[in-house]
Amino acid sequence: MNKSVFFGALTVAGLAAGASAAGTLDDVKARDKLNCGVTTGLVGFAAPNANGEWEGFDVAVCRAVAAAVLGDSTKIEFVPTTGKTRFTALASGEIDLLARNTTWTFSRDVDLKFTFVGVNYYDGQGFIVPKELGVSSAKELDGATVCIQTGTTTELNLADFFRTNNISYEPVPIETNAEGQQQFLAGACDTYTTDASGLAATRATFDDPSAYVILPEIISKEPLGPLVRHGDDEWGDVVRWTLNALIAAEELGVTSANLAEMASGTNNPEINRLLGTEGNLGEMLGLDADWAAKALAVGGNYGEVFAKNIGENTPIGLARGLNAQWTDGGLMYAPPFR
Amino acid sequence: MSDISFVRKDMLPPKEPPASEVGVLGWLKVNLFSTWLNSLLSVVALAFVSMVIYKLLSWALVPTWHAKSLSECREIFAALGKDGHNSAACWGVIRDRWPQLLFGFYPNGAEEGVSDQRWRPVLDLLLLGVAMAPVLFSEKVPRKLIYFTYVYPFIMPWLLWGGPIWTPICIAAGFVIAYVVYRVLGNIFGSLVGLVAAVATALVWWLFLSGPIASGLASILPIGLEPVASRQFGGMMLSITIGVVAIACSLPLGILLALGRQSDLLIVKSLCVGFIEFIRGVPLITLLFVASTLLNIFMPPGTNFDIIMRVIIMATLFASAYMAEVIRGGLAALPKGQYEGADSLGLDYWQAQRLIIMPQALKISIPGIVSTFIGLFKDTTLVSVIGLLDPLGLTNAIRADAAWNGVVWELYGFIAFMFFVCCFSMSRYSMYLERKLQTGHR
Repeated sequence: MNKSVFFGALTVAGLAAGASAAGTLDDVKARDKLNCGVTTGLVGFAAPNANGEWEGFDVAVCRAVAAAVLGDSTKIEFVPTTGKTRFTALASGEIDLLARNTTWTFSRDVDLKFTFVGVNYYDGQGFIVPKELGVSSAKELDGATVCIQTGTTTELNLADFFRTNNISYEPVPIETNAEGQQQFLAGACDTYTTDASGLAATRATFDDPSAYVILPEIISKEPLGPLVRHGDDEWGDVVRWTLNALIAAEELGVTSANLAEMASGTNNPEINRLLGTEGNLGEMLGLDADWAAKALAVGGNYGEVFAKNIGENTPIGLARGLNAQWTDGGLMYAPPFR
Repeated sequence: MSDISFVRKDMLPPKEPPASEVGVLGWLKVNLFSTWLNSLLSVVALAFVSMVIYKLLSWALVPTWHAKSLSECREIFAALGKDGHNSAACWGVIRDRWPQLLFGFYPNGAEEGVSDQRWRPVLDLLLLGVAMAPVLFSEKVPRKLIYFTYVYPFIMPWLLWGGPIWTPICIAAGFVIAYVVYRVLGNIFGSLVGLVAAVATALVWWLFLSGPIASGLASILPIGLEPVASRQFGGMMLSITIGVVAIACSLPLGILLALGRQSDLLIVKSLCVGFIEFIRGVPLITLLFVASTLLNIFMPPGTNFDIIMRVIIMATLFASAYMAEVIRGGLAALPKGQYEGADSLGLDYWQAQRLIIMPQALKISIPGIVSTFIGLFKDTTLVSVIGLLDPLGLTNAIRADAAWNGVVWELYGFIAFMFFVCCFSMSRYSMYLERKLQTGHR
């Protein structure tokens, strides 16, 4: 039986020798398991299936990192975190990486001492209204009742937006997204506001989605990305470049279908460097030469992961929008693999 | 004497009471339609109740058990001529997820290389019933069964968490060693020295010796179960694990605290009062946050102090403070004569408590104790706020599956049903116990 269960209580005072200050990368390799913090459940981003396996857009980042570092995308312990426990879980070392649709903000980066390694989804706060309300712009919502999750940045964004536009609203405080859906459907509020990806997922659950519209205004910037602890740059680099590898692979046309073929060598030197047939990028990271190929073998490139979990063919049906490659007018831009 | 008489000489046989006064009709007349106001209220209430039942049944009785997603449920509703967001129940989510709601992420054979381990919690629960029988229904089961109750605390965690069998055996050996030391040294130097020495030896054994010996034995004879990490616990199984352990530990702790609070020894008394008042002054959710986040920061990095263990300790401490006050109420209700009677028999403190005071005080406190148990069991759902996936936490995770996003009432109804079964049986047991121990003091 797990000894820590029995001895844990007896060793509170720290009788167990503290781990030496080795880097997170070495810790993960020694443990042969990646501890990855995810949400307790958010449609499309992270959710356990009926067999208890975690799936989703954020989960794909965890799996890619595990594959790049340990060569096996199942060597992960998913630690479900709530909005309240996520930062302490990361700061205390309970998790190595937090991929929990967390908005990259100044204070989280600087004051809470975390390093955001990139952005895997550009989100923004929007509004959903019933079509019969006859509203086509958020600026027409003067005097509306708004369902809003308390204690989140969305609450502050909402107040800012209504103040700058000099209109009034009446908040209906709710605790969870499920409650928000129920209240909105029951007509307790005229409009429900949260991140646009969440609104799309919410709308998809409605009996008659066409009776509701998501208003065009996006009133905040919510760059969501994975983050690690401040001060361990080697580990930060591993996660950052794993994410970049997924994004660059889409740009370079490397997919899960042609990965094996491309990994045997191509005419494009950047693809060769990415997949480890040329150069020594993996060695620089402290990983195997084919680290990126392993990461891509899990679920394909960024575009494939997007399409599978939240793309237009899923019930959530999000368009690429800002999350398209820069070549297609989006913001996804991986620095060169050189 | 003539045969004429002016009064009846023989009794008439009693007649059947009028049909309107007995049976269903009489009951209705007395209880529901005694006055025009009552009749009106009865009719209104009847209409209301039947409406609710009709709505509930037409919501619940739909053939959606095999639906694969909420949209498939909606198609079935449309075929039945129901529409609207919650027009009928989508039971497919329960069929799809009930193993998860019961066992969380416990290995179910889906992962390669690990077979289905879910028989272990089930067996554990059955054994729990066997182990509790001598305590709960002492007159109906053989007395020898109590030995199994003593062994059960070592079997339970081993079955749940797995690992080599030597670990629980070595832990149990600590108690045996402590007992032997107590008997040997206690006979020579007196019981206090014996007690201190026993505790010290047991601690040395557990901290320094049992670990290496257990792993040594495990390498010689590797008998054991597949280890299961605490993170894989979830659902009802997590609630029951936390609830049962905390309930079992909080009663003895609560008794000790209640006695300590009544003690004449200043230090013992102030420690107990301080502990009880501190714990009762802090919400459980705060203690859970301390367990999940603050402890992590205080402990040296790399220390792996099991999250479920932390939660169990906090829940136990919380419940024991309330338990102490419930039992103190029982102690206060005993007449002073009982204490004096115990003294006059020449019993020492522990004898008096064991034979005279506690049996009466605990009997008085049964309703309060069981209320605390039920409250504690329901409080286990609070662990979802620190990211443990108990049944309530799992509803969120299940709704995060695109197929079931939007399903609310079915999940909560199912969970409410499971909790009701557990809490209602606890409550019925307490009433049974009260009747059994009724000795006619009222």
